[in-house]
Amino acid sequence: MKNILKISTPLYIKEIINLKAGDFVNITGNIYAARDAAHRRFFELIEKGKKLPIDLKGQIIFYAGPTPTKPGYPCGSVGPTTSYRMDPYTPSLLEIGLKGMIGKGLRSKEVVESMKKNGAVYFAAVGGAAALIARSVKKSEIIAYKDLGAEAIYRFYVEDFPVIVAIDSTGNNLYETEPPKYKK
Amino acid sequence: MREIKANQIKDKVKELFLKANYHMNQDLMIRLQEALEQETSPIGKSILGMIIENNKIASREEVPICQDTGLAVVFVEVGQEVHLVDGDFTEAINQGVKEAYQEGYLRKSVVNDPVFERKNTKTNTPAIIYTDIIPGDKIKFSVMPKGFGSENMSTIAMLKPADGEKVIVDFVVETVKKAGPNPCPPTIIGVGIGGTIDKAMVIAKKAIVRKINQPNKNPKFAALEKEILTKINNLGIGPAGLGGNITSLAVHIDYLPTHIAGLPVAVNVCCHAARHAEGII
Repeated sequence: MKNILKISTPLYIKEIINLKAGDFVNITGNIYAARDAAHRRFFELIEKGKKLPIDLKGQIIFYAGPTPTKPGYPCGSVGPTTSYRMDPYTPSLLEIGLKGMIGKGLRSKEVVESMKKNGAVYFAAVGGAAALIARSVKKSEIIAYKDLGAEAIYRFYVEDFPVIVAIDSTGNNLYETEPPKYKK
Repeated sequence: MREIKANQIKDKVKELFLKANYHMNQDLMIRLQEALEQETSPIGKSILGMIIENNKIASREEVPICQDTGLAVVFVEVGQEVHLVDGDFTEAINQGVKEAYQEGYLRKSVVNDPVFERKNTKTNTPAIIYTDIIPGDKIKFSVMPKGFGSENMSTIAMLKPADGEKVIVDFVVETVKKAGPNPCPPTIIGVGIGGTIDKAMVIAKKAIVRKINQPNKNPKFAALEKEILTKINNLGIGPAGLGGNITSLAVHIDYLPTHIAGLPVAVNVCCHAARHAEGII
């Protein structure tokens, strides 16, 4: 297996440009879980020129909604949800400083263009590996939109959270480059 | 006549949803291990390794395999000699789902109205229930927490009878191709052929819970399953869609007689976390 790069949050542009599609990366630091409903609220606030409940500058959003926490654990099972549903809202978040996203699956052209323009990176986590991924979450708390239940915004403190760079800040896209190599 | 109490149904449904969400079936674990050996992509191999490790952790610690603990789908076969007492059939099933999801630390992912309010029901109910009446005095359950990353990639087509085998193969393969990485490959593909437009999808869904590597009993349909699986795995999508020769673990076809004018084909996609559990009262 390839070497694993280690990075910590918040992300800075000088680190982001070194992350290339196909790199295995371990993330340490705070990341924010937000999915469909929270994105819709973010988008509406930005449209109205209002402040978001979290400052996204340099941060990573993890598209995820964990299971409830079992006693004795820091967090429930948590893996990525499919990212394309967040696409309509993503460019506005990248415009205000979001630097990383963790999800699974394809992104729209608009998202990739905005990532290139704003210098951001899209990581893939393994969908359905939620019990394994949860092991790297050391602390978890709901910090906004508690009313959304599983869709609330969580802050996770993670250690060596395992991801792969799927689309880098120059637009190299692993979902486009890898499958053709195995096509018969 | 055999009396079965509503509470027994509730308890059985609860037990099965907990089991399905924590413990991956052995047939699928064996297939994943085979896939790990067959996969040639290094990224694909490492992803399959993570999936296997994940399922072992979930089972050992009794935590959910995936955070999407699904919409609760319940297939029930009720023996015609069963007399249900002390409660309501549908309510008992929903109560079982509610208790499993509330007490088992499973995520509640159901919204009340699909368009306007989209408010979480906080119980993961109502369940989707399919009931068949069969001979005998037992109730058989097959429960399936169905994740929606893969459900969203499912399709249906009303083909022409003249289309035949080739167009069916192309339609299924094209569905998987379009889905790409989104449904959490390596997937299980349930295919329902015949019946009506609605029934085709129900049998496609039920085909997913069949044991892996148990081909259709009809050799022609078994050959079709094999052909489709080969073509899917030739797409190169691979584990997590990041390239490789294992895109699907299995293709399960079920079929029904249909109308002289029709050829319905339904494709229900299921992620590698193809969870289900079976039980009998």
